[in-house]
This record gives sequence, C-alpha cells and structure tokens, in this order.
Amino acid sequence: MSVNPKELKYTREHEWALIEGNRAKVGITDFAQSHLGDIVYVDLPPLGKEVKKGETLLVVESVKTASDVYAPLSGKVIEINNALSKAPEKVNRDPYGEGWMVIMEIKDPKEAEELLNSEDYESYLSTIS
Amino acid sequence: MRIMLKRTPLYELHLKLGARMVPFAGWEMPVQYRGIVEEHLAVRQKAGLFDVSHMGEIRVKGPKALEFLQHMTTNDVSRLKVGQSQYSTVLNEEGGIKDDLIVGRLKEDEYFLVPNASNAEKIFAWFKEHEIPGAEITNESPLWGEIALQGPSSQEILQKVVPFDLNNLPYFHLTESQIERVPVIISRTGYTGEDGFEIFSPWDETPRVWEILMEEGKGLPLEPCGLGARNTLRLEMRYALHGNDIDETTNPIEAGLGWVVKLGKGDFIGREVLLKVKAEGPKRKLVGFELLEQGVPREHYKVLKDGEEVGMVTSGAYSPSLKKGIGLAYLRIEYHQPGTELEVQIREKLVRAQVVETPFWKSGTVGKIRAKEV
Repeated sequence: MSVNPKELKYTREHEWALIEGNRAKVGITDFAQSHLGDIVYVDLPPLGKEVKKGETLLVVESVKTASDVYAPLSGKVIEINNALSKAPEKVNRDPYGEGWMVIMEIKDPKEAEELLNSEDYESYLSTIS
Repeated sequence: MRIMLKRTPLYELHLKLGARMVPFAGWEMPVQYRGIVEEHLAVRQKAGLFDVSHMGEIRVKGPKALEFLQHMTTNDVSRLKVGQSQYSTVLNEEGGIKDDLIVGRLKEDEYFLVPNASNAEKIFAWFKEHEIPGAEITNESPLWGEIALQGPSSQEILQKVVPFDLNNLPYFHLTESQIERVPVIISRTGYTGEDGFEIFSPWDETPRVWEILMEEGKGLPLEPCGLGARNTLRLEMRYALHGNDIDETTNPIEAGLGWVVKLGKGDFIGREVLLKVKAEGPKRKLVGFELLEQGVPREHYKVLKDGEEVGMVTSGAYSPSLKKGIGLAYLRIEYHQPGTELEVQIREKLVRAQVVETPFWKSGTVGKIRAKEV
C-alpha cells in the first residue's frame, strides 16, 4: 500500500504537512484514519492558536475514542477546515485532500527537516503494523 | 509482564474476516470488521452476528436450585416457567452490584445463568461460597461458545436452520435445540434493542454454527459485528455495562434497575440495604443525556450545572442512529429529571447537554416482540 503522497512530510504520530513557503497545511494520514475508524467529530482549534511542535493541535473523535492530533511544526493556526464540522467523515474518505484540518503559519522552517518523507514514513509503518 | 489473553473459538475466523482485535475483559476480541457505524446500522436495519463467547455460563440444578437463586439474585425467580428467562442482578452485602445477568429456567429444577465475561469467575466463587445442599453449581464457561444473532431479520435467518417454529420462542424465552446436529441452547434475548437470539454451542463446534449462520444470511446481508457496535447499540437502549455504569459501589435502585429488584419476594443478599435506600430515596441517579452541541461524551467526564460539578459520565459515545453524542451519567438526585439542562466538560470546553428519557433509540424491534408475547 503506497497511498501516501510524495509531496507531503510525515510524523511518527501519523500527521502530515504540506509545506509551502512559511505555511503548512496539516491533516492525519490514511493509516491514522483507518486505525481510528469512523470519525464523527473534529474538535478544531480556534484561529490564532499557537502551538509548539509536538503539542496537541486538535482532537479527533471517532466512534471508538478521542485522539490528539499533534502539531507537526511550531506555529500559529491561521485557517481551519470548517467543512469538517458538518462532514467529519471527509477525514476517512479523503485524508490527504478534503480531509485537511488546519493551515499553520510556520515559526521555524528548520523544524521541517526533522519530518519524514513518504518513503521513510512507509518504512516506519511497516515496522509497527 | 505479558498478560496472556484468552481467545474464543472464533479467533481464526475473525482474523480471516479482517477484524481489528483488542483486549477486552481478559479476552482478545474483535472490536470492528468493516466499521462500527456500518455494523451498528446493519443490526438496526437487517442483522448482525457477534462473537460473545467470552460471556460466562453457570448452571444451577437440584431441588433447592430455586431457593438458592432466590437468595443470590434480586429478581423473583419463582415467576419463571420452564423455558422462560429474566434479567437480574447479584448483589454484595452492601447492596452493590456484583454483576448483572440473565437467569433462564431450562428444566423444572435447572437454571442456566449468563454472567458477564469479567465477572463469571467471581460470581461462580460467590455462589460456591453460599452453596446449599440440593443446589449443584457448575461453571460451564469453558464449555460454551456464544454467538449473538441480532437485528430485525434474525428470525428469518435462524428459522432456516432450526427444527422448530421460532414463533413459539417469544422474547426472554430459551430452549435446547440443534443447528445441523450441533446441540445448542437458543435464547431470544440480546444487548442491542432489536429482535434477536443468543445461541450457545459447544466450544469447538461454535465456528460451525457461525459459518452456517453467515451462509444463511449472505444475501441479506448479515454483517459480522464487533464490540464497538455492541457498545453503541446497547448504549442507545440504555442497557447498563457492568464495570462502567454499574459496579460493586452502585446499587440497582440508583442505577435505574429497581424493576429487577423484588423486595417482596423474601430475603436475598443486599435486601436490607436496598430497603433503606428505597425508604430514604437514592442520593444520585443514573440518567441518559444527549449533547445539544457537537462533541462526544466519554466515561469519567464531569457533568456540571451552572459551573458546579453535579455528576460524572459512566458511558458515552457518538450515537450512529441519532447522529449525536449520548451518554449515561450519575447525577445528584435533584438534576435527574428529563429536560434538565447541564454541561459536560469535554477537555477544556463546557458542552451543553440535556437529560432525556431513555431508551435513546425508541424504534427497536424488541418492543414489537415484547408486545406479541402476552
């Protein structure tokens, strides 16, 4: 299974980031959505929320459980995907597209170098699943 | 330390079906196959098949079996005719709930009890401690596998493989029978709110029963269902889950299970305490609530009224049928009335909620079966 787009960066906690300049679009990976099962609510952060890399950015509720989504990078939330409040199942259906969660303004571009590329993420997945 | 989990006779079949396995009550159980919502809705609309082989089975027989069970359980066992069963509780001396279970009368002097998986050993030991001559108690949990066939199409499916008319087996009745020569006990009960059957078969022959039922239900479809759907289905009916909503520190009256406590039937363990609770009135009550905003309540979340803590959530989930967050909570008695507005603390947010009448799901087919019965 190789559905993880090459242009994205990944964390071992199964978040992805699409980095363009000083902005990053953030969501969770296909592995994460499949593991969580039916997602019924995405508790999006308020605009302007500042987080450090690795801190809780938002919470995703599946039927089964509530799971923290961690910030893949430090920065400020400047946009949220409001469509998810009416249709959280988009995260299951299209985790890398319509299921995106927030756009962050990145504080420290160097942090991006610590993220995994798609190949590294996939080899990481093969060690845990 | 590595804790060894027990496996049901259907373990291999679950893996083949692509189930996600999780530890539950010491067992390795399927939590879902295709998805909790899909499985949940299959049971509400057609039918689902659950492996519940982890549940316990205890047989009590002999001339004093009735007398013994009257002392050990809260419901009135003397009301059971042969072939009937009842929901009941077993209490400790303080009136706390050791377990909730089904008591079925198989024969004149023989009863078949189904305690929860995590409590089966404890209940068996408790019974042995109070054993009286003339009541023989056997823990048959290792002998029986159990499959629950649940949903409005259950009768249609099961009818194809049993040698008797299922119309003669009303709700809360049980009988010994067979499915293609496999000896089984069939009970018309369940944990979903839909019509359905719980089928007990010898441990090693349980995979055969599963496969026969899956084959018969193929076109419907009949969906294999995991513990995830079992939990959301039972919660929509407000059926208590021991370990969450009830335990040894809660009594049946505050838990809303007063209907299975027959204080007038004679003495039983816990009766003295319950008489007192009843006379004084319970201080808290287990109620159903729904969220008025988005979010999902979970166990141990705080319930507040105007900023003051007034209770705690014991079970919570997203309801696939009602498409909102629902839950059960113990609330201070003054807040238990339906319509009472409260807040549930979900992480740092206070989410508005309202006490509602239960069951949450009111269109279950079980209601129709019950009406047919009398």
